[in-house]
Formats: sequence, C-alpha cells, structure tokens
Amino acid sequence: MATQVSTDNVEKTIYDGLVELGTERDDLSREATLESLDVDSLDLVELAQIVEDEYGVELKGDDVKDVKTVGEVIDLVVSKA
Amino acid sequence: MPDSTRPEGCALVTGSSRGIGAATALMLAADGWPVRVNYRADEAGAKGVVAQIEAAGGTATLWQGDIAVADDITRIVEPGDDGPVLVLVNNAGVRMDNLSPQLEDEQWQTVIDVNLTATFRATRAVLPKMMRARFGRVINVASVAGIRANPGQANYSASKAGVIGFTRTVAAEVARRGVTVNAVAPGLIETAFTEDVMEGEMAKAIPARRVGTPEEVAACIRFLASEQASYVTGTTLTVDGGLSA
Repeated sequence: MATQVSTDNVEKTIYDGLVELGTERDDLSREATLESLDVDSLDLVELAQIVEDEYGVELKGDDVKDVKTVGEVIDLVVSKA
Repeated sequence: MPDSTRPEGCALVTGSSRGIGAATALMLAADGWPVRVNYRADEAGAKGVVAQIEAAGGTATLWQGDIAVADDITRIVEPGDDGPVLVLVNNAGVRMDNLSPQLEDEQWQTVIDVNLTATFRATRAVLPKMMRARFGRVINVASVAGIRANPGQANYSASKAGVIGFTRTVAAEVARRGVTVNAVAPGLIETAFTEDVMEGEMAKAIPARRVGTPEEVAACIRFLASEQASYVTGTTLTVDGGLSA
C-alpha cells in the first residue's frame, strides 16, 4: 500500500533517503542545493526509486534534470502524485 | 550453496528453455537463486528446465514472454513472490544471417530489437532495485561475432558489439552501488542456435579444435553472478576455445 502523499510525508522520505545516500542530516533543508550536498545524477535515480516504492509516483530522468534544491524535489513529487 | 548474506531476490534468465540459457538457469538454481525461466515459444523446453531445477531441490518459475515486446519485459522483471530480480542474464537472442548487400531492413531491425534493445530495456528495469539492494548482477550474453568479423552476420555482429559497449558503460554508471555488469562472448557452442554453422569455416579456425558446450558458457555466467565476482565489472569474458585470441 502506497503512503499518502503530503508535503510533510514526502519531505521526511526525501530527507531519510538523502541521509541513506550519505548526506549529513544537519545539512538538509528545503533550500539546500543538490550540488552542495554532493547529490549526483545516480543518487537522484535511487531517490526516484525510493519515491516510487513509497508513493507509487514515477519520476523520469527528464522530470528531475532541472531540479536544483531539495525543496524542488519535494514539490515535484507532490505535484506528480 | 545459498549465501546467507545475499539479499533476497531472484535470478531471471531470458530465453532459458534450452541451450546456454537452460544450462545457466540450472546452475544459478544450484547456487540457491529462485530462477525465473523465461521462454517465448518453447513451453515444453522451459517446463523441462523448471522440472530439472525442482528435482534437484531448487526453486524455479515459468515466465512466458517475448522479450522483443516492451510490455512483456516489464511484466517479466516485475518484483514478485520471489523478490526483485537481482541477477539478470540477458540471454535470449536471434540470428537472421545474410550478406550485407542482401540484408533486409526487417532482418536488421529484428536482430537489433531482440539482441540489443531488449537487453537495454530489461537492464533498465532491474537496475533501480539492484541499486537499492546494494547488490546486483547483470550478465549479457554477447558473442565472439561482436568482437571479430563473421561474414553474413553484420546485423548480429552489430547487435552484439552494441551489447558489449552497453555493458561497459552501464557497469561504470552503477559500480559504486554494488551492481556489476558484465558480458560473456561465446564462440561456437553446440546448441540448436548454431547447428547450421557447425561445419563452416569458423569451426575449423577454433584453436581448441572443438565447439564448446552450453555448460562451459553457463559456468562463466555462474561465476559472474556470484559474490566472488564482486570486483569484476564492465568486462567481456570470451568463451570461445581461443577463437578470438
């Protein structure tokens, strides 16, 4: 059963996912850029899989290619739900 | 012997109703993987492989599907009761030989679709789960024809050379997630796939002076699928009795 999509739920999922991928939790904020967190394209692929597993929302490469900040990732997931 | 530290998942061998695919399915099952035995048309052959695996104490399930059809691939690789696909052997392939001046568009396209595009699609579908598991093995069955010339097989040769290039690049993309991607390049192997070329020029050129067996190729795939091969990625292992040496 997919988790209900809400901004709070998605934020927690994305934050937990980024920590799992090696980001320090203290560095996380909606404004933090993916570049500053050393989140690369392969990390985004994996983050997309985490989101799909959790919410059933599929993120394609084109969806995430212009995303710059953590907040934009969260908003993108919520908008696609 | 199953490895208790290995993540839960299964092995999918495309085109495993006979030949190299069948031999590979049997060996992976012996290593403890639940195996998805895929076939397009040879249901009896595939059922026989499943029965052999079960008789040996292994687990196998039957998966009909044409890997040239994108929706069939999607269905076959979907995680099921046997978990996600953590070992993918892209084995299914076709030959439609003709000298280049006579090669029809359809002969070109079908061979590219089955041998190369299907390999890409199946690999694309399984990689995210493999990355999440921090374990994955993709083994692509290329061919010595992807490495050296074999007149009459321009389409086949192009598809298999494509598989080798694809293997290298994907391997580099996902290596840091514990996922390895390798190819084997069989030479002349005694299967129904090659029975019409056994007496040809190629057979005479084999330094080992004999054709190979499906089991000799499957043994290499088995190694590449194992935990022992964890630092082997992006390579193509020729299994050809020295043909391409």
